[in-house]
This record gives sequence, C-alpha cells and structure tokens, in this order.
Amino acid sequence: MVPAIDVSMPIQRRRFITALGTGAVAGLAGCAQLGGSENDDAPGVAGETLTLTTTTSTDDTGLLDELNAPFEEMYGVTVDTVAQGTGAALQTARDGDSDVVMVHARSLEDEFMRDGIGVNRRDLMFNDFVIVGPESDPAGIEGMGSATEAFATIAESESTFVSRGDNSGTHTKELIIWEEAGVDPAGDWYRETGQGMGQVLNIANEQSGYTLSDRGTYLSQRSEIDLTILVQGPIEDGPEILANPYGVIAVNPAVHDNVNYDLAMAYIGFITSPEGQDIIDSYEANGEQLFFPRALSEDPDFQQYVPEGWSSDSAEN
Amino acid sequence: MTTGLASLALLAEFPFESVYVRSIIYVSLYVSIIAVVLSTLVSVPIALVVGFTDIPGKRFIKSVINTGMGFPSVVVGLLVLFAVSNQGPLGPLELVFTKEAMIMSQFVLATPAITAVSLAAVTSVEENVRDAARSLGGTRLDVALVVIKEARYGIATAILAGFGRAISEVGSVLIVGGNIAGSEGVSKTRTLTTAIQLEARQGRYETAMVLGGVLVAIVLLVNAIVVRLGDDKVMG
Repeated sequence: MVPAIDVSMPIQRRRFITALGTGAVAGLAGCAQLGGSENDDAPGVAGETLTLTTTTSTDDTGLLDELNAPFEEMYGVTVDTVAQGTGAALQTARDGDSDVVMVHARSLEDEFMRDGIGVNRRDLMFNDFVIVGPESDPAGIEGMGSATEAFATIAESESTFVSRGDNSGTHTKELIIWEEAGVDPAGDWYRETGQGMGQVLNIANEQSGYTLSDRGTYLSQRSEIDLTILVQGPIEDGPEILANPYGVIAVNPAVHDNVNYDLAMAYIGFITSPEGQDIIDSYEANGEQLFFPRALSEDPDFQQYVPEGWSSDSAEN
Repeated sequence: MTTGLASLALLAEFPFESVYVRSIIYVSLYVSIIAVVLSTLVSVPIALVVGFTDIPGKRFIKSVINTGMGFPSVVVGLLVLFAVSNQGPLGPLELVFTKEAMIMSQFVLATPAITAVSLAAVTSVEENVRDAARSLGGTRLDVALVVIKEARYGIATAILAGFGRAISEVGSVLIVGGNIAGSEGVSKTRTLTTAIQLEARQGRYETAMVLGGVLVAIVLLVNAIVVRLGDDKVMG
C-alpha cells in the first residue's frame, strides 16, 4: 500500500500529504517532510496564514501593505491583517484568535506580557502624537510646550474635544495626559466617539474640535481636513509625553497551542530586520515620513523584551 | 439599471482600484448568496410546516421568528464570534475572520426574515387550492409543491428581503470577518459595507461613494431579476 515516496514528488501533492500529517499517514508525511527539507523552494511555512491584529493607525496609513507584501513573497504566506485598536487587538490575541500583535500602548502591552499571553516583545518603530485643532484655535493652545497644559487649557475654556473613547493606544495616551493634567474630562465639550483615528479626525474637522492624533494618521489624512498641528510631539521637539512607540509581540504558543508561532516569529524577524526597518524608514505619505524604525541598535536594549520596570530578583545590578 | 451603469462608469474612472473593488464585490456576493441559499433551504420548509400543520407551540414559534427579524445584527455578530473564537465551541475549526464565519452570521440574520415573509406568503395560499391538490390524490409533498408554486412570488420576495438584509449588513460581518484585505488590495473578508465604513473613516469619500453606488446597483439588479422571474412565471 505504501508506495516509495520519491523526494521529487510534485510539491502540490507533498503539501497535501503534509497537511494530512496524522495517524495512518504519519509515515508518508514524515517522508514528505524529509523531501521538503531538501527543497529550498518550499519552506515549512509556505501556504500558511498569519493573523495579525493591530491598530487602526498602522493600517490606515498604508504602512502594513508595504511591509507585508515582501514578507508574503519571501515566505509564500498570507498575512491577514485585522485593524482593531490596541485594546481589541490584544483581546483578540488573548482569545487565541491572532498569532501576533502590533500595538502602541506600553502599559497594555506590559499587562499582556505579565499575564503570560505575549512573548518575545520587540520595539518596532515610533512616531509621536500631536494635538490638532482648528486653525482659529479658540482655546489658544498653539505652540504650548506642554501637552498637559494644553489639555488643561482646552478643558478650562470648554472647547470641543473629540476623544477616541475606544480603549485604543491613542485613547490610552489621551487618558494618561488628562490624568497628568489633573482634569477629569466631562461635559458637553468632551465627546467620546468610539471610532478609529481617521474617523475621529473627520469628526473633529467637522465640529471644529481638538483631538489627540498620532502623527502618521494625521499626515496621511491632512489633505482631506482643515485641522492643524497646535502642539507638536517629540519628533518636532515637543514634550516627551507625546511619544508613541510601537511594539510587536507574538502570542504564547504554550497558552494557545493553535497559534502559528513559527510564522509569527518569522514575521517579527522580518519587520525588525534591516530590510523591514528600511521599509518603515522610507515609507512616506504626502511627502512626509510617518514612522521611525527603532528595532535596530548596536547597544543592548533589554527593556524592550520585558514589562517596563521589570527586574529579575536574582540579577540585581 | 441606470444606477448600475452609472456606477460602472464611475468604476472605470478608478482603474487603479479595480482589483480592490472587484474582489470586494466578489466577497460581498459570495457571502450573501451562500447565506441566503442556505437560509432559504431552511426557511421554506419551516414556513410550510408552521403554516399548514397544527403543531403545538405554533404561536410561540411565530413570535420567535418575528423577534428574530428584529434581532440586532451586532449581537448576532458577537454571538457568532463567541462561537467560532478559539475559546468557543467551534474554536477548533478555526473559523474566526473567515468568509465561513460571515456566512454563519448572515445565515442567522437572513433566516428569520425569509421564514416570516415565506410564512405569510404560504398561509395566504387559498384553502381551496390545497384542498384541490389533496382531493386530486396528491401526497403531502405534492401539496407542498403546489403551495410553493402558488406562493412563489411571496417566497421570491422573502428571499429578496433576506438578501437585502445580508448584503447591506455591516456590524456583524465586521466583527466576525475582521474586514481583511491583503497587501495587494485583494479582499479576503472585506465586503462592500465594511469597505465603505473603512473608506469613510479615512476620509476617502470618493471611493466610499463608488462602493455605495455598486451596493445600491446590486440590490436594484437583484430586485429586478426576481421581479422579472416572478412575472415570467405568472405569464407562463
């Protein structure tokens, strides 16, 4: 019954058998695997699908299309990108429904790692947040060097502020700034929308309101709206609190054994490689760079692998 | 029809997005049509049974069907997500963020609508038609077929109502499908509705309008086909 398996068996059939790879055909599958390892054209992950949950900001800016296409070509795989906002992206991963997450809210990422769901975190890239608003600037915050002062001023003058209100990375950052400003935002002037960044910019545009936006989404949408940057982020020498670092984390296969861990690590490897980082570095919208690569450094950066402030008891130094 | 032509003309102005738009139309039609076909296969027999037999709890079944018609679609999406999620009962099938999951939620949404309208159509078939079929020695199946034939226009309307609900659905397909398009702009689980939502979110209103035009054109076209079929059958 068991025919001699020629290592030059057509790839299609070999994959089919590999896919069967259980019980009765275990022997066959084993041969097929051996054949595969001798053939460089068919890496072990070819044909598989990676599910990436990420934020609306990376997807809306078009960066992921640029980043995923060469990865897909290199490995012969498909990347399914689900753009959800940081909170939802992490929750989907917690449910075991995604293989890798790319998000921007360090506090939530740390919780994700501390709970054992996320492993092998890497710093990926950064940009910054900017406070945007109508050119008329009714609250008079233009040029302020402090984000908290600007927020406090907006609250004091009760000027319209449009909030994401969706537990996203940007929303998380916004709440941190309100807290630091000592303001509990409430009232008619403060509008929680529960929408993505692009939509919130449109709403703020139509209601002549202020909002906190990541620079990337703002730049990619600037030509469609009349909002202007009133308080700059750290890229343009603004306050450090407006920094916006992105991290990429694989889902722990020991928690969810169905996740495609190999492919998730290959993906993390690619986007943090010199090639992947070059793509991020050269990606522009409306003639401006949106994201700044951050994964490569000659100096060690241990903090990217562990929750912020983590230190091993046994390794105090 | 003119709307269809108009949006086709608009499409021609967006050649760079034609792959994107075409794949989105394909996903929308694929998911909605399969869901509606499955719903019809379930709904029409239910309508016949509920319409013509005196089973206990008939009023209750009717009220369940009517409630189902107004069931919020995002809740359906949420329930299907729980079912297909890795943590849910269907987790091992790995259906989350696939067309199959979208078909499931649209099936749940379309079935009550198709059943309710079919039921109304079937019960409105006159008693004497059924009696005639029966007195001519028809089996239960024959009677059922006669009733379906008499009620065909109403059943067609029912299918149309189901299709309308399925293809214009946003919330649930977004939740269970994930609105995925590949890096080459080929849709995997992005439908016309979720694409419109995405394009509007990014302020690309022109593309959103083109997709909206296509969606309206498809609904009108399907309407026209079903109405036409109904007319032909009446004449024949």
